[in-house]
Amino acid sequence: MPDATGLELIAQGVRDAVGAEAITGTLFHREQATLEVAPASVYPVLRHLREAEEPWESLMSLHGCDYLPEEPRLGVHYQLLSMERCERLGVKTRLGVDDPHLDTVVDLFPTADYQEREVYDMFGVVFDGHPDLRRILMPEDYVGYPQRRDFPIGGEPVLFTFNEDKYPRWYE
Amino acid sequence: MSDERTDSDRVSDASAAAIGVPYRERERSVTMERMGEEPVSGTEAVVDGDVHHELFTINIGPHHPATHGVLRLLTTLEGEVVRDVKPIIGYVHTGIEKSCEDHQYWKVITFVERMDYLAYYYNALVYCMAVERLLEIEVPPRAQYLRVAHLEINRIASHLFALATGALDLGAVTMLWWGCRDRDLALDLFEMSSGQRMHTRYFQIGGVFEDIPPGWVRKAREFIEIMPKRIDQYEALLDRNEIWLQRTKGTGLISTERCLELGVTGPLLRATGHPWDLRKAMPYSSYDHFDFDVPVGIQGDNYDRFKVRLDEMRQSCRIIEQALDGLPEGPFITDDRKVALPPRHELATSMEALIHHFKLVTEGFRVPPGETYVAIESPRGELGCFLVADGSAKPARVHMRDPSFVNLQSLPEMAKDSLIADFIACVAMLDPILGGIDR
Repeated sequence: MPDATGLELIAQGVRDAVGAEAITGTLFHREQATLEVAPASVYPVLRHLREAEEPWESLMSLHGCDYLPEEPRLGVHYQLLSMERCERLGVKTRLGVDDPHLDTVVDLFPTADYQEREVYDMFGVVFDGHPDLRRILMPEDYVGYPQRRDFPIGGEPVLFTFNEDKYPRWYE
Repeated sequence: MSDERTDSDRVSDASAAAIGVPYRERERSVTMERMGEEPVSGTEAVVDGDVHHELFTINIGPHHPATHGVLRLLTTLEGEVVRDVKPIIGYVHTGIEKSCEDHQYWKVITFVERMDYLAYYYNALVYCMAVERLLEIEVPPRAQYLRVAHLEINRIASHLFALATGALDLGAVTMLWWGCRDRDLALDLFEMSSGQRMHTRYFQIGGVFEDIPPGWVRKAREFIEIMPKRIDQYEALLDRNEIWLQRTKGTGLISTERCLELGVTGPLLRATGHPWDLRKAMPYSSYDHFDFDVPVGIQGDNYDRFKVRLDEMRQSCRIIEQALDGLPEGPFITDDRKVALPPRHELATSMEALIHHFKLVTEGFRVPPGETYVAIESPRGELGCFLVADGSAKPARVHMRDPSFVNLQSLPEMAKDSLIADFIACVAMLDPILGGIDR
């Protein structure tokens, strides 16, 4: 794991390469280093980190989350890994809930394909340029983004043959 | 003119003739004239003259035993050759992650165990480790060793089941019975230590739920004594089987570079010769105390995956033996009363213990705000848990980076241009667990 100083060095490297406005902050919490990045700069920052002098060549995971009372509400996290140095680095960006857009990183990290689809499915974040952005876990005709914190748990009618015509869009 | 009838005429004639004919008779009306003399062999398409082959799209699954769960594979075939596969998932999506947000931290363990239902100890561990990191709790050494022993028994059980069902897919029924027989020995151990055979909920935040009962160590030693012999038997059973070898050797090839790009981890990555194992690379839960090897394959075909799994089971036996030999004395769970339940006998004598017990059971404990990502090596690869705490007694977000979910992306590349029977072998050796994929 890069320590707090190492994280600042990485952040400075990104600022030099991509631009000072790309990094909105750094967070070192519980031995975990996270770069906070502006949404528009996610793609150039990840491209820089992948090809940096000390590269982060693997994207191990991509998460969405919803910080409901806070603004901007949505967060997308990228977990980078360097297998050579055995280090991890988080890259985090925050998005507003109205029409959230991010650039896809599938061309940098092909593993992001399913994971971006999952974030789109669960949080409604649209990844521009994704080759096949469809719902992945929920049904294709599903309305809403179920992992958002204001989406209620339960209360969803179960479709049977006797009641299917009472609910909208059952035929699609 | 009337002699040169088009193909569609002939088909409609045949189907018209079929109406009114008894069911059994209809088969005879199917004309085989337009089938080529030679079947499609390998990957080259036969194009000369009259013979043509069209692409044919079928659904394999969602309900099919060879898909290891409810996995739908939209497969495009050219004859027997797979040209394209699109995995369609979500059939067992039960919203576990959403439900986790509605339960207290210690109740979530029960949920996450049901994700990857063959590696339940791993799900519980990665979640507990994430909470422990946010709470900054030290896990006592005895608990860490007990965790390792259970994890490795679970790894053996999981690999055995993967091997058993994988061999069944290729027609080897014996392997299913033998594999399940020995998996039962592992489940007996789980039942002895926790009372449950599956979804044991043995790991607790801060340690383990209960100390192992007397006799567990002896029984575990019997298990690791018997297992290497049994693994040799499986190897003898499959490694000389002509059908098994032909179906696995040289099929489902994928390169190390492509695996890394696709985020594939676990036995699939190691089978390509890349020795990446989080137990060695970033040790957790005192894995650095144990001496074991990381088995790797040579070229990354299905046969290598099979061999890597066999060798991993042997290495797991070594780890279990060392964990039992070196099992430290001491507490099995942290003594932080704000997180772990007090021992039962204290409840009768200590008012404070009673209060702690009451608070923990009714309200749970609060976790300071923060977010963390913890990853461990599950039987299928890197299992990660992303946890966001907002300061309340319930997690704000629990997200699992499930290895099956990510590894499934490599299936289309493995199966492309292979025969459909080899494709089934690819699915079997990929070992996807749909509970983990869909969550």
